[in-house]
Amino acid sequence: MSIVTVQLGQCGNQIGFEVFDALLRDSHSSHGLCCKRENEAYQASCKERFFSEEENGVPIARAVLVDMEPKVINQTLSKAAQSGRWKYGQHACFCQKQGSGNNWAYGYSVHGPRHEESIMNLIRKEVEKCDSFSGFFIIMSMAGGTGSGIGAFVTQNLQDQYSNSLKMNQIIWPYGTGEVIVQNYNSILTLSHLYRSSDALLVHENDAVHKICAKLMNIKQISFSDINQVLAHQLGSVFQPTYSAESSFHYRRNPLGDLMEHLVPHPEFKMLSVRNVPHMSENSLAYSTFTWAGLLKHLRQMLISNAKMEEGIDWHVRPPSSGLPSLGKMSLNKDLHFNTSIANLVILRGKDVQSADVEGFKDPALYTSWLEPVNAFNVWKTQRAFSKYEKSAVLVSNSQFLVKPLDMIVGKAWNMFASKAYIHQYTKFGIEEEDFLDSFTSLEQVVASYCNL
Amino acid sequence: MTQSVVVQVGQCGNQIGCCFWDLALREHAAVNQKGIYDEAISSFFRNVDTRVVGDGGSISKGKICSLKARAVLIDMEEGVVNEILQGPLRDVFDTKQLITDISGSGNNWAVGHRVFGSLYQDQILEKLRKSAEHCDCLQCFFIIHSMGGGTGSGLGTFLLKMLEDEFPEVYRFVTSIYPSGEDDVITSPYNSVLAMKELNEHADCVLPIDNQSLFDIISKIDLMVNSGKLGTTVKPKSLVTSSSGALKTRPKKPFDAMNNIVANLLLNLTSSARFEGSLNMDLNEISMNLVPFPQLHYLVSSLTPLYTLTDVNIPPRRLDQMFSDAFSKDHQLLRADPKRSLYLACALMVRGNVQISDLRRNIERLKPSLQFVSWNQEGWKTSLCSIPPVGHSHSLLALANNTCVKPTFMELKERFMRLYKKKAHLHHYLQVEGMEESCFTEAVSSLSALIQEYNQLDATKNMPVQDLPRLSVAM
Repeated sequence: MSIVTVQLGQCGNQIGFEVFDALLRDSHSSHGLCCKRENEAYQASCKERFFSEEENGVPIARAVLVDMEPKVINQTLSKAAQSGRWKYGQHACFCQKQGSGNNWAYGYSVHGPRHEESIMNLIRKEVEKCDSFSGFFIIMSMAGGTGSGIGAFVTQNLQDQYSNSLKMNQIIWPYGTGEVIVQNYNSILTLSHLYRSSDALLVHENDAVHKICAKLMNIKQISFSDINQVLAHQLGSVFQPTYSAESSFHYRRNPLGDLMEHLVPHPEFKMLSVRNVPHMSENSLAYSTFTWAGLLKHLRQMLISNAKMEEGIDWHVRPPSSGLPSLGKMSLNKDLHFNTSIANLVILRGKDVQSADVEGFKDPALYTSWLEPVNAFNVWKTQRAFSKYEKSAVLVSNSQFLVKPLDMIVGKAWNMFASKAYIHQYTKFGIEEEDFLDSFTSLEQVVASYCNL
Repeated sequence: MTQSVVVQVGQCGNQIGCCFWDLALREHAAVNQKGIYDEAISSFFRNVDTRVVGDGGSISKGKICSLKARAVLIDMEEGVVNEILQGPLRDVFDTKQLITDISGSGNNWAVGHRVFGSLYQDQILEKLRKSAEHCDCLQCFFIIHSMGGGTGSGLGTFLLKMLEDEFPEVYRFVTSIYPSGEDDVITSPYNSVLAMKELNEHADCVLPIDNQSLFDIISKIDLMVNSGKLGTTVKPKSLVTSSSGALKTRPKKPFDAMNNIVANLLLNLTSSARFEGSLNMDLNEISMNLVPFPQLHYLVSSLTPLYTLTDVNIPPRRLDQMFSDAFSKDHQLLRADPKRSLYLACALMVRGNVQISDLRRNIERLKPSLQFVSWNQEGWKTSLCSIPPVGHSHSLLALANNTCVKPTFMELKERFMRLYKKKAHLHHYLQVEGMEESCFTEAVSSLSALIQEYNQLDATKNMPVQDLPRLSVAM
């Protein structure tokens, strides 16, 4: 089944390019560590999901590019064409002349309705190209005006017009110290709206990815390209074909559906995050060897201690021993807090993957009480290696990972809102103080729900 | 992509404007080697086929035929504009873009605003409409003028109301040259305060600059270059004041170096909107992020580096120095010390081979020495544009919405009051039809109200930042 990607704004389009590039490069790589037939099946599955084919054989990404000003889309289209390996559809983009000015209200209330028909038409055309349609993957940032505002608007439209299809939003959480001054306002408006209309929010934090580039990849002068490539690597390791657990004869047909089914059991809890091991520069990779036991041990501790990457993991954090009363309400200030999960999915790729032991993830102490661990935890194993890593593991988690960042954003936005700063820029375009209050209320609810796990 | 129109008013405005257009042409020539008329150039220039008579000559794509500036030149004396039209930039403008008179405004805001305002209202409107029609998507008017004289100050601010009424959706960015303390125009305080009221009410964003600061910056550069400390390692083209390498050589005029700094400011301000980069910043984002309340729209600017050494690979240390300098009071284009005052918001617009990690490292490094208002503790807006300015490998423009503008306004008010108390020169203004004393009292009270806003913010400066109680939700 195919996934249609909608790339919105500068961030969405820059990332979208890296994702498609990473997916295709991996699928054509010769380091798959598997037999030719296996590789071909992998390639075919990847292609079906993310690309359609042209007569001359050049894959065309199943994507719609949207931005309110032309520079980034032009760059993205030409970068893809230059790669020679794939490209974007000729008529797959929608562009205007003047951007959204970092104004969520402008994106949502002005640009959205104004261009609704054109954008939805493009999306429809892309969906019609799919023989069998799995759902939407929407890539956007929260901090700006287009990705956030139009992203929220489009997702709502998708919910109305494609109520039977799944929608996963890939959201970029901005750096804590500003990229955009009104980023906290834009973020809370985006998140509160998406919570109602999206099926799952897959979050990547710029700060976290930046640290991965600095500490794990050893990049000295980190550019957005570097950051986006790390992101693309993480997404690729989630979305590339995997075997279904039941039968190991063919790749999973419905990636989005399977992800949602396992990870989002309750609509109040939609925030997912991704952690992967190992992740390092190519130079280091050449000198490293891994065992599944080692990788999984680290990944499990990253989950428990809320670590964002494989360095600086706090090994003191332990799950509560069973038999003792539960820790009760999560305090946002506690350092040694243990990260409770609702559901986890681990995807393993590479050599000897069948021997990997994931028992550690089935410990009931890791989870809330309302799902049996057998339902809360799933593992997908695929022999075909991913992107030059002989063994790689990725964890997609619905847990308390994002509570603290969310709480911080809500807090900062609230402080700013109390002074009424910048509000006139939003009311100018129809977003009133009431709307802000509604957003605050929804998000406080989400924070409280996750805290009480 | 969008277009902008520059409206240059008065002697100062036109002289700066002239430098600006020269620099803009140089910048585009350096970037656009193939001579194709692209979207970046179109933001400030039209492509015109000069063989076609009349107005129908606009060409939207293909090779550059003849570039015409999207500008309207206004002066009530002929001297400056005539010089421009006889100088090397004459082909960039045409007579249809000019409005001139002979007598001048006599350093009298009332003459500029009321007499010439009403006299030339229709003509000005017509030229503005024409320039707007030539734009596919007009985003911004850049007004350049001085505050202390008569034309730039009076007629320049008369324009603002007209623009607001006629083109409400288009931004109005005003570059205003404020008079220094030792200004030789006696009535400059009157002119400036009367103009301030208009800026308060009708401008979206104002970039206040004063001559003294520009002069100090030039002195600094001259000192460094001539002291021999740097030897031959300074690239002459890289001086932010330099017009060397100009496409058309012009005789150097006394204010040239100072005007070049302002020209650089305007180009850097618009660079991220015109050229590509990994983190773009459009002009509408400036207003959105830097203006938390409509009245507080005065932005103090600083440009670094002032010169580039010939090292091709800039070590991070030097890059970091560029960031430090942006916050030093010696690099501000207004007499102000942002470090000692309160930041409401700050924008860093970087050009050249600088990446997000450099930006972040420096923000982290400099943050502790800066004071931000309690509700905007991380009030940074950043942008990364890949194309550096001509002659540089990288540059930084910092825009600060900071209470350090307050002293400038307070001094202005003081100088105004000294004159007004004695009613000195008042009759020159009152004899203009429509001018009454109430115009003066209203203007000064508008200024006082603005100063009061800044006072209130300053009062919060050293208070501990408290998190406000949040909404509590029933579970």
